Amino acid sequence: METFAALAHGMAVAVQPMNLLYALTGVFLGTAVGVLPGIGPALTVALLLPVTYKLDPGGSLIMFAGIYYGGMYGGSTTAILINTPGESASMATALEGNKMAKAGRGGPALATSAIGSFVAGTIATIGLAFLAPWLVDFAVRFGPEDYFALMCVAFVTVSATFGDSPIRGLTSLFIGLTLGLIGIDKLTGQARLAFGIPELLDGVEVTTLAVGLFAVGEALYVASRRHHAEEQIEPVRGSLWMTTEDWRRSWKAWLRGTMFGFPIGALPAGGAEIPTFLSYSTEKRLTKHPEEFGKGAIEGVAGPEAANNASAAGTLVPLLTLGLPTSATAAMMLAGFQQYGLNPGPLLFAERPDLVWGLIASLFIANVMLLVLNLPLVGLWVRLLAIPQPWLYAGILVFATMGTIAAKPSVVELSMLAGFGVLGFLMRRFDFPIAPVVVGLILGPIAESQLRRALAISLGDPIVLLQSPMSATLLGIALIALLAPFVLKGLGRFKASED
Amino acid sequence: MTESPSSDLSQQPRSQRVDPAGLVIAFALAALAAVLVWDASRLPSTSMYGMGPEAMPLVVATGLGILAIANLIDALRGNLPPRESTDPKPVLLILGGLALLIAIIGLGGGFILATSILFVATSAAFGRRAILTDLIIALVMSTLIYLAFDRLLTLSLPAGPLERLL
Repeated sequence: METFAALAHGMAVAVQPMNLLYALTGVFLGTAVGVLPGIGPALTVALLLPVTYKLDPGGSLIMFAGIYYGGMYGGSTTAILINTPGESASMATALEGNKMAKAGRGGPALATSAIGSFVAGTIATIGLAFLAPWLVDFAVRFGPEDYFALMCVAFVTVSATFGDSPIRGLTSLFIGLTLGLIGIDKLTGQARLAFGIPELLDGVEVTTLAVGLFAVGEALYVASRRHHAEEQIEPVRGSLWMTTEDWRRSWKAWLRGTMFGFPIGALPAGGAEIPTFLSYSTEKRLTKHPEEFGKGAIEGVAGPEAANNASAAGTLVPLLTLGLPTSATAAMMLAGFQQYGLNPGPLLFAERPDLVWGLIASLFIANVMLLVLNLPLVGLWVRLLAIPQPWLYAGILVFATMGTIAAKPSVVELSMLAGFGVLGFLMRRFDFPIAPVVVGLILGPIAESQLRRALAISLGDPIVLLQSPMSATLLGIALIALLAPFVLKGLGRFKASED
Repeated sequence: MTESPSSDLSQQPRSQRVDPAGLVIAFALAALAAVLVWDASRLPSTSMYGMGPEAMPLVVATGLGILAIANLIDALRGNLPPRESTDPKPVLLILGGLALLIAIIGLGGGFILATSILFVATSAAFGRRAILTDLIIALVMSTLIYLAFDRLLTLSLPAGPLERLL
């Protein structure tokens, strides 16, 4: 079994003491930042990117794995204790989790979410380890036109198919694509949309965009509507531990959540929102305690949490094997790779197997660390939640600008950060999704260069896009996915019915 | 804090009033498309096979143009999601803090001073009035961050008068 050998090799890389330390640091920092209200995993990764600037690629990616998982766990803690999910994937968790916390069962809610994340993360990482080599074998035969078609599918699913409004999702995507055009065209050396500003020639930095949209935008948005409501932190009362009854009710929900999360995450279908809500409604239907739903049913926390984690591991499948980010967090991970000049995809598996398999192995390790670190430290995380809002957001903005100052301390770059903050504020105010902008910025230039490569090979004949069966099929899927939401307007209805 | 946008899908009213904000959005998208077309038109078209550098901007501009029309229709039908009132003061305060930070970094005032000003401005935007206390907290915090990043991680953060004292 080739996979076992590769994974064993990866384990050998990941358990080196230095790498273990990186993983531990990543998990700790990721949780500490992710637990802050309003900060989702994508922003956690973006904010912590500067910490990894000086590390070697291997250590840095291992730290990323820890930050990624830690950020997600932190997000669910926030969702349970103050009902402010930092991202849509934690919304389902907040529904029952916050009710449990209000009923004095915050401890078991956090425990089922931590253990469920561990179970789901482990199963999904095994899935990733077995699916990845198979997909890589498949992907090495991809021509540039196939990659282009694949990216079209990702564009459409991320922005249009699963959002609330395909028009607003596509608008976000095209803003991202526009930003992706800025800078020197790699094939001809022509400057596009640079307006004579030298700093723009390098293009828009993904971290600047993400931190501006997510951190600065969120701070502006929350500040602008501070007069509406104050949030409330539920103290963790009573026992932290789950009773036998809790275990009995949780384990099936964890497994079912994983079954929803991993495949949907692994398809380029954009994000964890769908599997978490599917899991929530499934648990609600199958439960033997329907009277508890809406009042704090533990299955309603266990399932969505598992689905969320499994889908996060699932999104690593297209990211690592095809270089295709399908969520804002995955886009940030790709940015992390790119800072070392590494491009995830089939070639990376062949050229740097130590790196890829070390990363996959460290996902297992990060998962174990989360479990042993977070249940005992839950008191510390709760205290982080209690930071007064003015200091919290002031601190977030200091960290947000620090990342940019550390990377490029220029007036232009910082002005762009502020400008993206205003954009993020306006998009929140008018209900445009943020993730498609980030995905558009990072995938747009890649899609363009694949398309141009395909057309250069075919001497400019666009029929090449339809001649490859793969590319023709994928473009067909993209078209269907684009038109589907207009045809079936009620795709989001199951979400509304759960409220 | 924020209620998630999609969770109030069910009670979304379908008002028939034209939303001026929607018109502005549609106009901004159209203007962006125009900028793309203008910029692409300056690029010398190459005689390469396939697509030149000007092709993709034109594709994106077309998309933006279509979306401008779609957003315009949404706005005319009053289909924009409902939104709550906002208070512009804190937003301007934070943006002012950011502007000061940019100016201080640009003029060589250093990391500690710049981020401390941003900290105080943001904290004031969120309703704190104890400016002196916040300033002390900010100075201590940004000094610690500076030392951690500059000494431990050897990342160079811009140094000004305060940093040279360390």
